[in-house]
Amino acid sequence: MMHIGAKRSLLTAILIAVVVSLFSAHFNRYYRDVAIDVAINIILAVSLNLILGHTGQFSLGHAGFMAVGGYIAAKITLVFGVTAVAWAQPLIFLGALLVGGIVAALAGLAVGVPSLRLRGDYLAIVTLGFGEIIRVIFQTSETFGAATGLVAIPKWTTLGWGFGIAAITVYVVGCLVNSTYGRGFIAVHDDEIAAGAMGINPVRYKVTAFVIGAFFAGVAGGLYAHQKTTLSPGGFDFMKSIDIVVMVILGGMGNTAGVIAAAVILTVVQEPLRALGPLRMVVFALIIIVLMMLRPQGLFSFGKKKGASA
Amino acid sequence: MHWLQQLTNGLALGSIYALIALGYTMVYGVLRFINFAHSDVLMLGAFSAFYLAPKMEAIFGPQSAIGALVIIVLAAAICAAIGILIELLAYRPLRKRPKLTVLITAIGVSLFIEFTCQHGAVFGAATKPFPKLLPTRELHFAGIEMASNDLLVLVLTAVLLVAMWFIVQRTKMGMAIRAVSFNEQAASLMGVNVNRVISFTFGLGSALAAVAGIFYAMRAPGIEPLMGVQPGIRAFIAAVLGGIGNLPGAALGGLLLGVLETVAGGIPGVSNYRDGIAFAILILILIFRPAGLLGKAMIEKV
Amino acid sequence: MSEPLLELKNVTIRFGGLTAISGFDLHIGDRELIGLIGPNGAGKTTAFNLITGVYQPTEGAIHFAGRTTLGQRPYQIAKRGIARTFQNIRLFGSMNVFDNVRTAVQVHRSHGIRDALVRMGGFRRGEADVEKQVMELLEIFSLHKQRDEMAKSLPYGDQRRLEIVRALATKPKLLLLDEPAAGMNPTEKVELMKLIRFVQEKFGLAVLLVEHDMKVVMGICERIAVLDYGLKIGEGTPAEIQKNPKVIAAYLGQEAEHA
Repeated sequence: MMHIGAKRSLLTAILIAVVVSLFSAHFNRYYRDVAIDVAINIILAVSLNLILGHTGQFSLGHAGFMAVGGYIAAKITLVFGVTAVAWAQPLIFLGALLVGGIVAALAGLAVGVPSLRLRGDYLAIVTLGFGEIIRVIFQTSETFGAATGLVAIPKWTTLGWGFGIAAITVYVVGCLVNSTYGRGFIAVHDDEIAAGAMGINPVRYKVTAFVIGAFFAGVAGGLYAHQKTTLSPGGFDFMKSIDIVVMVILGGMGNTAGVIAAAVILTVVQEPLRALGPLRMVVFALIIIVLMMLRPQGLFSFGKKKGASA
Repeated sequence: MHWLQQLTNGLALGSIYALIALGYTMVYGVLRFINFAHSDVLMLGAFSAFYLAPKMEAIFGPQSAIGALVIIVLAAAICAAIGILIELLAYRPLRKRPKLTVLITAIGVSLFIEFTCQHGAVFGAATKPFPKLLPTRELHFAGIEMASNDLLVLVLTAVLLVAMWFIVQRTKMGMAIRAVSFNEQAASLMGVNVNRVISFTFGLGSALAAVAGIFYAMRAPGIEPLMGVQPGIRAFIAAVLGGIGNLPGAALGGLLLGVLETVAGGIPGVSNYRDGIAFAILILILIFRPAGLLGKAMIEKV
Repeated sequence: MSEPLLELKNVTIRFGGLTAISGFDLHIGDRELIGLIGPNGAGKTTAFNLITGVYQPTEGAIHFAGRTTLGQRPYQIAKRGIARTFQNIRLFGSMNVFDNVRTAVQVHRSHGIRDALVRMGGFRRGEADVEKQVMELLEIFSLHKQRDEMAKSLPYGDQRRLEIVRALATKPKLLLLDEPAAGMNPTEKVELMKLIRFVQEKFGLAVLLVEHDMKVVMGICERIAVLDYGLKIGEGTPAEIQKNPKVIAAYLGQEAEHA
């Protein structure tokens, strides 16, 4: 069967990430930072792919969940981590990332249950609003630095953390989808009514995908916080969510390998894209429209249909 | 009579939401998807007026009523054409595709309009002051203070709502719109030209959005390419509140949301979270009354 | 007859002003093969949607295996043992033949989300067991050679049969077939009817068969109910139905339109 070796691949990937990370001091700083951005974007894109690609639910709030995870993780580190002894710091970091992810997942539950219970298309507008509300909350909350945000977060995110967690994300999403259980996500994507007639609870699957996706977005937010060392409410706006949506659409909804490729490419070319200014978003908008019209399966799927690959 | 003041302010804002919400709800009725670009049509309406104003001033003199009316009518016509064009180019080719595809495309169209307009060669990203189309006065009666513009907005909205009701309930095209909303396939079998109905719906909705955009701009500090996003989202929520697909519901939802927001904005402590109120309402309505205040549960064909 | 497996009592559903089904009574016993016929728009598919929980009746009661189904969601009713096919084929379009059936084995799978992630022995055994079940079913319907083909790329008749396989994978007690022979030629129809009979006996199912073609239903059903404009105008053995003047009238009108 398909994924007998999945666990072994996961462990190998994590091992490589950690070993490479040990030598990262020798790498050019700029390229190292870009590589870490790549890892973070892989986590974001693959987790959104579970929601949008595999399960077919349009969420515009992925950056919101990232913000929740990032702020919570950074706050935990700032309170407990900075003064802790050196050996405890990785543990505190891991704990902070997990708690950040869990809080993001709970936020996902609160947003997902009311909107996914009904017609799926409300999710787009609810998540859009959620992203805005999160911004307002962090902007007004003194605990989280209000408009200034959080500063002096320790730079703990390494290549090992980044790609290690990216590997875990790919593993979790891949294993979920490539199981009999996971066919349910794709069934809901294809035809909710037929799925229901087969005994699959569409709401449950949609909420599960949404919560797991939100969790990993939260973890990615934690990594992001400990990579940039500062967080401001403006960093997680609607456009960030759109960036992630474009990665998924470009890579091919439900095509994990394609989505990873798109995340890598879009991250590497983000600097030249940024030079375009507002035109960058015009380009993204055109990518969305043209792909939806001509290649809804994305750029990187060749003959393979959605669901056929992990 | 503080609360009465809030109420009138809220109604003025709410009637703008109502006009926008009508467009969302009509499109949702015939095509069953959220037309994200609707909020950008509203912005284009405001900008049309912005560029038409100096020309009309040259013809009709400053702040003349006829000039304002011509501006509004022309802006509505421009936006109707834009709305029809958006549907023709972006949504019609995807009519038979999964709804998710159309929904994503709609976001793409919305972003495309917003960021193209932000470019320096189009409108630019900076906020521009909106010209005074009419002389403004403060009206006083029964202790309430009201800007003449707000009163005008209220009256004009009421007139437009009645006109809408007439179009939908009393004309042949309105009947066709209702038929397509009820069952597209059956309607087309009965000889209704579905494409024409959908184009008309986009045109009508977009014209209303243009009027709403001008009214909104008259109350706002200025106009910029992203100005439609906030009222757009709120109007969509208003449409859900009233019952999506239901025209009187959209009007009611808009008025209600406007009043609630204005009242909440006046309460100290809550006013910080004013932006969150609309979403709190949306979540509550989805949990407790998903069909909306006036809507009936929709039945999906199997 | 002992307690019926499925019982509809005075079931009525209205959409707005339109009464789609009115005062419908029907009972199906264990292992019975019942036909539900009627002209186009008589309410046959609506009856299916009521039984499977897609619609809730405006009035009346529906009991399955002794308990009501009212207020239950379609997936809950499916889990209780009612499976169905769709008139306008609703296979999972992005999946291959094997996965379409595998998805439906969901209901009785022994391993869940945790196993899918941890991937220990239980997961492998569970997946192997699922594969065995799926392949057995596919072989009965001679679809096993196409296991890796996309469901939507199959010929029309195979798609219809795949829908039946998928429904059977949920291990139902009652199978609802919505015009399974639609679009088939007469020979294929006869083959399919034989297959339905065979499946019904092999799996010990009750079957409710909606069919437009009266001749097909006459061949295999033990009892037939006839709907016309949402009203049951007759019920009985094929022989009784053939002689029922109301049924003849309803169908004659239909035949005339078709000719």
